[in-house]
Amino acid sequence: MPAMDEKNGAARPLLAVRDLCVSFFTHVGEVKAIRGISFHVDPGETVGIVGESGSGKSVTSLAVLRLLPYPGRIMSGNVTFRGEDILSKSAGNMRALRGNEISMVFQDPMTSLNPVFTIGEQIVEALAVHGGKKSPAEARTRAIEMLNLVGIPDPEARFGAYPHEFSGGMRQRAMIAMALVCGPSLLIADEPTTALDVTIQAQILELMAGLREKTGASIILITHDLAVVSEACSRIIVMYGGQIMEEAPSEELFENPLHPYTKGLMRCIPAFGGAGRERLVPIPGTPPDLLKPPAGCPFVERCREAMRICLSNRPAFYGEGRHRASCWRLDPEAPK
Amino acid sequence: MARFVISRVFSIALTLAVIVTLTFFMMHSIPGGPFAQDKEVPPEVLRVLEAKYRLDEPLYVQYANYVKGLLVWDLGPSFQKIGVSVNDIIKQSMPASAKLGAVTFVFVLLIGIPAGIFSAVKRDSFPDQAIRFMATLGQTIPSFVLATLLIYIFSSRLRIFPTFGLRTWKHFVLPAIALGGYSLSFVTRLVRSSMLEAMGQDYIRTARAKGVPEFQVFFKHALRNSLIPVVTYIGPLIATVITGSFVVEKVFAIPGMGKFFVDSITNRDYTVLMGLTILDAILLCAAILIVDLIYGLIDPRIRVDK
Repeated sequence: MPAMDEKNGAARPLLAVRDLCVSFFTHVGEVKAIRGISFHVDPGETVGIVGESGSGKSVTSLAVLRLLPYPGRIMSGNVTFRGEDILSKSAGNMRALRGNEISMVFQDPMTSLNPVFTIGEQIVEALAVHGGKKSPAEARTRAIEMLNLVGIPDPEARFGAYPHEFSGGMRQRAMIAMALVCGPSLLIADEPTTALDVTIQAQILELMAGLREKTGASIILITHDLAVVSEACSRIIVMYGGQIMEEAPSEELFENPLHPYTKGLMRCIPAFGGAGRERLVPIPGTPPDLLKPPAGCPFVERCREAMRICLSNRPAFYGEGRHRASCWRLDPEAPK
Repeated sequence: MARFVISRVFSIALTLAVIVTLTFFMMHSIPGGPFAQDKEVPPEVLRVLEAKYRLDEPLYVQYANYVKGLLVWDLGPSFQKIGVSVNDIIKQSMPASAKLGAVTFVFVLLIGIPAGIFSAVKRDSFPDQAIRFMATLGQTIPSFVLATLLIYIFSSRLRIFPTFGLRTWKHFVLPAIALGGYSLSFVTRLVRSSMLEAMGQDYIRTARAKGVPEFQVFFKHALRNSLIPVVTYIGPLIATVITGSFVVEKVFAIPGMGKFFVDSITNRDYTVLMGLTILDAILLCAAILIVDLIYGLIDPRIRVDK
């Protein structure tokens, strides 16, 4: 993808997704969950994907790992990791990639760990399946090292503990240890802090930022919480209705949102220490029904600035450099 | 662990005491008695018989006498078979029932669990549908119909298996299928559905995201989590199958306990009825205790030694 490289002035991206479409074939019909999204992740970068429920952010991450639940299917597009096409890999090669090169941390640490195996067994398993010629003792040492790294106190003793003996925050730390034990170059964190207390949230985010610096892994942070991405990510992708609405470096997005949807999201965040009496403005309406996806912009029905063309035609991306947004209002011919 | 077992043994003893008491008094409250016949029995004969078996004493005394015997595992004489004690009946008839029951139990597990797993792994495929069809059929056909069909097809027509007795391994095949048909179907469906439930859990997705091979996902991560309901069912099952089945033992002419159980009820053979009920209850309580201990092995969250 030379064009993209020029634009970013960066080396070859670690992960590149192009025109990805994902559908779920349910008994009521085809739900077009992802409709042509393109983005990339550079080495060592933290990218945030923000959107509300059903916007397709989690589906995107599962599609990248080819772990879409039944009846989901990747319809078209391509995903490359280090320049290699992921979608054409054999099941075995794909498996070798998962947990080793790309790993994932899930939303609910209460249910994402297997209740019948110890934390240690589950971390060691990740090492074992990726063919490391490690002796059990070495694997154990490495797992304890990871537990220590993610800030679990007394890791030697906690190695043999079961998930139900851990608190929520500790379980999420254990999940992160498990995800990073093989030294992946990309970590996908799908709402890693949503199920946790606010104070624990901050600790987990801090931990992930610290680990990124230590390991140099790229992170995709998926969340519905703008406050979370604003702190943790260098670049933010805003998704809505299975499409990307806007993409920009973090600060740029918060200072100068271009898309009416992003602007709407900003108005929903309470400002800390501001004038004090500002009202939060909700975005009225509900997301589009992806069984019958809209022909034009998916946000049109809830948009304050909608025009007639928004109903019938899908807008292209407008913007300069690393900031782009998909909105007809940004077209040079649009009325100001 | 030891404390758990000891406290459970005490509560089992209590349960058994309740069962003994309830069965004893309910049994005596049913009209008729062991010596009631179609023909009128002369009152003096009846009196002599009742005096011999101490049935003329007040009920609470009879109860006390019975419990005294029970404490040393003396289940008393049969009221119908002259000179035969209930202990003798159990000693003679239990081996046949227990042998057939054990074979049936192993057969149910060895076929049912793999079939259920296979059905879940190959969900919605043709083999899955075939297994589900067979399992539904197996649950709906009563054992006496199944037994008769098996004899007709495999003994009478094909002449592969013998029709009665328990002398060689061949003799066990048909009765085990007849006795275990229902349980086999139930276990298959149970394993399938609890495997599928486990497969839908978040930790399965985690395992896959970790790069764990599918085989290991199924047999390590999903299977162990799906065993709890299966163990819950098959524990009491073993108590049920080794105490024999009236129908299956009747059809295959197996000299087991099932017949005595049914006969003792119609004959009001008080001691035999009590003895077999207590034996059944003890086996069932023991099976449930073992199930509780196995739970702990499977799932650390219900482990008792902490």
